[in-house]
Amino acid sequence: MRLSTRRRHPLAAIAVLLVGLLAVGGLYSAFVPRAATAQTSQADLVEEGRQLFLIGCASCHGKNAEGILASEGSINYGPSLVGVGAAAVDFQVGTGRMPMAAAAPQAPRKPPVYDAVETAALAAYVASLAPGPAIPTEEMYSPEGVDVEGLARGGEIFRANCTACHNSVGAGGALPDGRYAPPLTGVSSVHIYEALITGPQQMPVFPDDTLTPQDKQEIIAYINAVDDVPNYGGWGLGGLGPVAEGTVVWLVAMGAMVVAAVWIAAHGARTRRSKS
Amino acid sequence: MTERPGLDPDQPDEAQAGDVSRAEGPVTNPDVQPTTTTGRGSGLAPRQEPIDDPGLAEHEYRMTDVDPVLERRAERQVAGLFTLAMLLTVAFTVAYFAIPEDALFLGTSASNVALGVTLGGALLCIGVGAIQWAKKLMDDHEIVEMRHPAASTPQDRKEAVAILETGGRESGIGRRPLIRNTLIGSMAALGLPAVVLLRDLGPVTDTEVLSYTVWTEGMRVVEDVSGRPLRPSDLQVGTLVNCEPAALFATNEEGERIIEGTAALQVKAKAAVILVRMPPAEISDEQTQNWGIDGILCYSKICTHVGCPISLYEQQTHHVLCPCHQSTFDLAAGGTVLFGPAARPLPQLPLGVDDEGYLVALSDFLVPVGPSYPTMEL
Repeated sequence: MRLSTRRRHPLAAIAVLLVGLLAVGGLYSAFVPRAATAQTSQADLVEEGRQLFLIGCASCHGKNAEGILASEGSINYGPSLVGVGAAAVDFQVGTGRMPMAAAAPQAPRKPPVYDAVETAALAAYVASLAPGPAIPTEEMYSPEGVDVEGLARGGEIFRANCTACHNSVGAGGALPDGRYAPPLTGVSSVHIYEALITGPQQMPVFPDDTLTPQDKQEIIAYINAVDDVPNYGGWGLGGLGPVAEGTVVWLVAMGAMVVAAVWIAAHGARTRRSKS
Repeated sequence: MTERPGLDPDQPDEAQAGDVSRAEGPVTNPDVQPTTTTGRGSGLAPRQEPIDDPGLAEHEYRMTDVDPVLERRAERQVAGLFTLAMLLTVAFTVAYFAIPEDALFLGTSASNVALGVTLGGALLCIGVGAIQWAKKLMDDHEIVEMRHPAASTPQDRKEAVAILETGGRESGIGRRPLIRNTLIGSMAALGLPAVVLLRDLGPVTDTEVLSYTVWTEGMRVVEDVSGRPLRPSDLQVGTLVNCEPAALFATNEEGERIIEGTAALQVKAKAAVILVRMPPAEISDEQTQNWGIDGILCYSKICTHVGCPISLYEQQTHHVLCPCHQSTFDLAAGGTVLFGPAARPLPQLPLGVDDEGYLVALSDFLVPVGPSYPTMEL
């Protein structure tokens, strides 16, 4: 019996081996740095975006971005963001239009509230809700490769599609009920592209199926070229044309001259002294 | 003009007026009015004024009148301004040749700035100098100028009639009725070209050409600049596409456009359209809905007021606004006029889809596009 108690069970060695292997494997997996996969970081970004959304956007757009109806029922207090896509978020937040500072007919362009990382997180969250236009890649929007011919074509497309609202030199224009088409000066290429594919506020959508990415690059190249032209002619008055210029010349310039003439005629020092 | 017997009394008037201005203190001059009245030779009795003429207020001198130091300073100022104008003019000439056309100054053309500042400055200096001269140094006294009768003197009138009579006699217009009548006839005939030319503005001209466009059944609706045909799936909700009839982009066997130049512009001026897509539920009347494809609607781009091309489309309200006179059309309700001077709705083009799935017109517009005209049939 003594002998038998000291004798090892035939499976003891295997059991020890198993315990050892498990211990080493467990320790390895506990201590080795985890490889970050794209899947997990995307999920993190979406979660980060959701947290930002709940704080900064949910009061108007709803806790799940489903939108909030105003009391009239038909008018959105804050529209649903399901399916607007990452491009819409990158445009609206990246140009400072969202979050809106106050209820107004139109969200104005202003310095952005969220930085690039936060904007990307918000975009990732909204994009995760439903499929929508993605943020364009640089090779889609960059006007780098556009030659002179493409530039001329860009001008033609711009005049056919954009000048009705944005003016022939992109100076912007008025719309009904206090709304307006904003000036295009100083807008980054990616934001122009995003505006075209998402149709922010009253702007119609110009999807890639009707205006190809190449058309859009040419439009962007044209807008940049117009932006870069030095101002050779005095006071441009927003490029609004002869009506604005004539009005200013007749009312302001001629008026100022008449006032100046009257002022000159009415003034002049006199003295009570008489000639000595 | 040497002898003006009828107006002689005016002469002493003006002399007296000059005297008045130099008089200091209130001066009454009762002779002025009566002599002017009799001067017209109307035979009226001298008019008695209800109150005496108070004359002119006491003259107040300028500083330069009483202080010789200031007078000399003003003289130097005027001369200085004129000299500065000369220097600026010389600077203009130099700048014109010296500054290259593409040089920049603060982001604007250096040449334009230099030319504007020098020439404008020279003109300003001359103007300011002249005003300074007139206000500070030129003679400064009040004068009275009496009104003169508007009619010519009897002498002048007699002379004018005499000239006319001489002309009539020497040309013999009374003795040669053949020449007189043919002259009158030739002048009257000149009215004919005016009538012929102005006739085109009136309703009798041929307006048939305004009543139709190039659109026909089955013609594709293509993108304005590229001429690409469009499938319904290319248009998302909210999309606007500026379009033209495919006929404008049709080419012959040599690859040249069949319609080109002025003819192409004339076709474009009537046939340009806009394509929009909106949620079908937001279209308010049945005909508008039926003439579209799944919420894709096609409207004339030519405003029915005076024919401006319009594509200022608000995708959320579905309104199209004309930038010329603010006519506003509701595309969700058959293009009805919501605001502005336009008198009839924007014509809608009935849409269909061809065998290959591209958007086509089902017919021409059923009403004339563009501005209304008197013989228009709706």
